[in-house]
Amino acid sequence: MPKTMFEKIWEAHEVRDELIYIDLHLVHEVTSPQAFEGLRMTGRKLRRPDKTIATADHNVPTDGTPTARLIADTLSRKQVETLEKNAADFGVPVYSLGSATQGIVHVIGPELGLTQPGMTIVCGDSHTSTHGAFGALAFGIGTSEVEHVMATQTLVQRRPKTMRINYRGTLGDGVTSKDLILATIGELGTGGMSGYVVEYAGEAIRNLTMEQRLTVCNMTIEGGGRAGMIAPDETTYEYMRDRPGVPDDFEAAVEGWKQLPTDDGAVFDHEIEIDASAISPMVTWGTTPGMVVQAGGRVPDPADMGTPAQRESAERALQYMGLEAGTPIEEIRPERVFIGSCTNSRISDLREAAGAIKGRKVAESIRAMVVPGSSLVKAQAEEEGLDRIFEEAGFEWRGAGCSMCLGMNPDILIEGERCASTSNRNFEGRQGKGGRTHLVSPTMATAAAIEGHFVDIRNWN
Amino acid sequence: MEAIDIIEGPVTLLDRSDVDTDQIIPKQFLKRVERTGFGEFLFYDWIRDGEIELEPNPILVSGRNFGSGSSREHAVWALDQFGFQAVVAPSFSDIFFSNCTKNGFLPVALDEEDCQALATAGRGRIDLESQTVSWEGGEASFEIDPEIKRRLLGGLDDIALTLQSEDEITAFESGPGGSYGPVTTALD
Ligand code: SF4
Repeated sequence: MPKTMFEKIWEAHEVRDELIYIDLHLVHEVTSPQAFEGLRMTGRKLRRPDKTIATADHNVPTDGTPTARLIADTLSRKQVETLEKNAADFGVPVYSLGSATQGIVHVIGPELGLTQPGMTIVCGDSHTSTHGAFGALAFGIGTSEVEHVMATQTLVQRRPKTMRINYRGTLGDGVTSKDLILATIGELGTGGMSGYVVEYAGEAIRNLTMEQRLTVCNMTIEGGGRAGMIAPDETTYEYMRDRPGVPDDFEAAVEGWKQLPTDDGAVFDHEIEIDASAISPMVTWGTTPGMVVQAGGRVPDPADMGTPAQRESAERALQYMGLEAGTPIEEIRPERVFIGSCTNSRISDLREAAGAIKGRKVAESIRAMVVPGSSLVKAQAEEEGLDRIFEEAGFEWRGAGCSMCLGMNPDILIEGERCASTSNRNFEGRQGKGGRTHLVSPTMATAAAIEGHFVDIRNWN
Repeated sequence: MEAIDIIEGPVTLLDRSDVDTDQIIPKQFLKRVERTGFGEFLFYDWIRDGEIELEPNPILVSGRNFGSGSSREHAVWALDQFGFQAVVAPSFSDIFFSNCTKNGFLPVALDEEDCQALATAGRGRIDLESQTVSWEGGEASFEIDPEIKRRLLGGLDDIALTLQSEDEITAFESGPGGSYGPVTTALD
């Protein structure tokens, strides 16, 4: 019987019906303390520290603070120090603030070669879907499940449904994988992938680099999907080769991974097709990632929306965002620009953003910052001189972490501030109370920083 | 985990769709390392700005795609500690739904019209055993996974249940599946 990639991975990990073995558990400071506390209270061990890894990312300041002990915010300091202590007590390797390999949990997994095809990967974070870009089954879990995985290395899971999105054609010039996933969510809606593990397929996906694929899978959760996946291929193996965590006999492992892609004739519960060649650079205008429009378009009119509930949400969103229906997107003027987050903070994102600057300066009206996804990305960028390109243009160059993606650390928007952001969520208050977020690709963010307003990157050079 | 059986009483309506976990418990309250103390910060920004008022009734009714966004279980702890016992909505995000069921907090999916009718009635009764919600002038039944239902009715601890299968886990680990993937402790 032909099988989907999801089915192959699922079946290889069934300890018994609906009990799934977990190959890698990623841990961070925000969703783990109560799980470690649970283990202590019940006197349970952490079953497989050798399949677990911890890092500090959500709470850490990005101003160069060298160790947890020196974090100014008392509660953040306590949370990061608690992570360090818990990791030490339970034997889990930890990359905390100051470590050369610290970084956003979804950036360090791939970059250290820990994320590999065919694996099951979980983390107490919804963007765990990112790792599926390697042909792994990766999804976010809650804190009770974190504790469950710690204690048993398994997870009780209902088998999810499967969906395949086939992209016809290829992306046009200036259109990135960020635009591809934003356009997809815009089309399907924020609940459009709900209950499904989604496989992204087709020529447009095959042509993406590994880091561009990570961006696509990352935002699966914004479409409501349980997990996103892309079949591994030569692009995947090339990216992985020589990374520290990969198997010693790499070529033998590759032979095994070649068995993973979905067989011809395998059946998905749902399949859809999207024309990739019709996708444009995108900008969100509202307060869910599904509220998105082409950069060359206009803020939509709630009156044109299908249902009363949609109209009401759109009206509310426009009010929150301080926007008028019909305004051309290119006339919207952010005050802040944020290049970072687990969606777009990898070395290729930074290279693209830096490459678009071409000696120009950030507009007077804008405060712009670049936050590398990990300490390794930061070091690599500095070796290539990207930090100088950014700083000469007027961008701030920061330390690694989640930073202004969620504003749990000192990097936040103030009330009413408008931000062009390469992150993944534009919810009310996500980047700071009253902050207004427009999601875009790294090159679109760079162009907005320089021009002082959004531009369709295709008409800008 | 406390067992659930019947949840009965007045209804609070939060008439919005796509209510995300960033709103349910804003990030500035996620820095606690304990499981308690979240109830008073439920919907903190919306309540402080006077956008909504909430009564801590047993039943909360809201719009579609409730609990979307971040996986933070703190959202469920906050709803529970505020005083709600169940949330009724046309649909939920997967992770939020699962988080509810790990905490003895009942998520009930009813179609839009039934949600409206329940909210209008102002009082309701949820019977998990018979999988029904009733209110004055109406009743609807809901779906729930039989295994999840069993755990909720019995207030059963997931980890203890799984550990009853420890032999099977050990057997799996001594097979080929047990050595798949990287050894994190060998990296440093
Ligand atoms: S960068 Fe943002 S979305 Fe990614 S893990 Fe950090 S907070 Fe979550």
